[in-house]
Amino acid sequence: MNATAARDRPQPILIMHQVRGGYGDADILQGVSLTVMPQEIVVIVGPNGAGKSTAMKAVFGLVRIRSGAIVFEGEDITGWSPDRIVRRGISYVPQVDNVFREMTVHENLEMGAFLSKGDLSAAFDRIYALFPDLKAKRHALAGDLSGGQRQMVAMGRALMLDPKLLLLDEPTAGLSPKYMQQIFQICRDVRDLGVSILLVEQHAKQALAFCDRGYVLATGANRHEGSGRELLDDPEIAQMFLGG
Amino acid sequence: MIEFFNFYVVPGIVTGSVYALGAIGITLIFGILRFGHFAHGDLATTGAYLALGATALLGLTPWVALPVAMILTALLAYGIHRLFYRHLESRPKILTVMASLGIGMMLRSIVQVVWGVDPLAYGSGIARAQSFGGLMLRPREIATLALTLALVAALLAFLRYSKWGKAMRAMSDNPDLARLCGVNNDQVTRLTWFIVGTLAAASGFCLGINTELTTMMGWSAMLSMFAAAVLGGVGRVEGAVVGGLVIGLAEELSVLLVPSPYKSATAFVILLAILLLRPQGIFKGKVL
Repeated sequence: MNATAARDRPQPILIMHQVRGGYGDADILQGVSLTVMPQEIVVIVGPNGAGKSTAMKAVFGLVRIRSGAIVFEGEDITGWSPDRIVRRGISYVPQVDNVFREMTVHENLEMGAFLSKGDLSAAFDRIYALFPDLKAKRHALAGDLSGGQRQMVAMGRALMLDPKLLLLDEPTAGLSPKYMQQIFQICRDVRDLGVSILLVEQHAKQALAFCDRGYVLATGANRHEGSGRELLDDPEIAQMFLGG
Repeated sequence: MIEFFNFYVVPGIVTGSVYALGAIGITLIFGILRFGHFAHGDLATTGAYLALGATALLGLTPWVALPVAMILTALLAYGIHRLFYRHLESRPKILTVMASLGIGMMLRSIVQVVWGVDPLAYGSGIARAQSFGGLMLRPREIATLALTLALVAALLAFLRYSKWGKAMRAMSDNPDLARLCGVNNDQVTRLTWFIVGTLAAASGFCLGINTELTTMMGWSAMLSMFAAAVLGGVGRVEGAVVGGLVIGLAEELSVLLVPSPYKSATAFVILLAILLLRPQGIFKGKVL
């Protein structure tokens, strides 16, 4: 490979290299490596207990990392605190309890921009354009919304600071198929705005069908990786998680 | 009919205002810091005596001494947090609850050492009640109601519209998510203690100026304040206000039905009933 080609090739926005770590003494992650390219939707699938959510939390500084490295836009962010990572341009949407139930939709979005000192009107316009349903409900309490709408509030909140990478932990858990497709469509819209997305999914088949690339994790380590199509067509994976 | 208002409703609302100011502090601590603060009554007592100290040392009139006492009590509340509660933050909450009982005793004892155990008053002389179409109101009663109204309005506006007020609500609602949004836990805690101390001083002062100053007054009123906070819904400021007024009125009106020594049992009965029947309180607060 000559030097020019190397320079022209897009650099990954996120690199996780051989990350080991967990919450207590036991390491849940036994060496996870993955990359996310700019404007790419990458999905992590795998059986229960594979460490999918933990891998994602490790990126956001919520896991004690024993070894390995996490590099974001060429900068080593291993061991950074979550609020520093938010400022750096990564947002995270937890799977549960991801809205302020007693606050209005609008206030939820405002909290997403808590670290911003500037004028938020452009950010609100951007989010309401992405989630028209939320605009109509902006004075409703988030706790009174349906599960799908709550997920949109959570994603909207995470997008307020205009992150470069969005981390979504099982965004379609407990949602109807209709809402699942809507959330996936929103993910594509968000990607088209220039945001990379890394998400963990329980619905492996649907997620692999819509993502750009996927990783299959098992027992805290990489098992397979490839485009969504390749993984879907792999008989071993089909047998492992996708119900044959 | 007007006598009924003069003898029961007006005192009930004045007592209720005192409870409301105390209950707001209790409900904020419950909601944001997640423990029952049993030093709250004695914090109010200390605030009341600090106002007395300001009248004596600085020669201020009681109502001018109040803001001084509010500031001092806010600093005291923050100091107690820094010296004691902060070190228990990562331990089970019951330890902080027990510690607060001890802090309460300590505050009460300090007040007793400095000011003695005999009842005191902010000033001598009897304030004449003025008639408003038969409704008799004393200036201190009007001032108590006005102060309560002003403090509650200011706090609600702060929580609703200001950035840090929203951060406090976010912390009460979902502390993990608030942290993910970049809200600094310590700053919210500090702010909470300042507000709580300010309100506790106001509560103790109103209690003292409408009756007399005793070193046990805050401790005795605290059960009613907790009942008010739970009745209104834990974590709900507007609930604490409504709860305070309901408990205050219920206590005053209870003497129509039961002998007056049982007055203070009214709050206890209401507290038990609400915990059994509607633990989330009137305004859908946190279930304990």
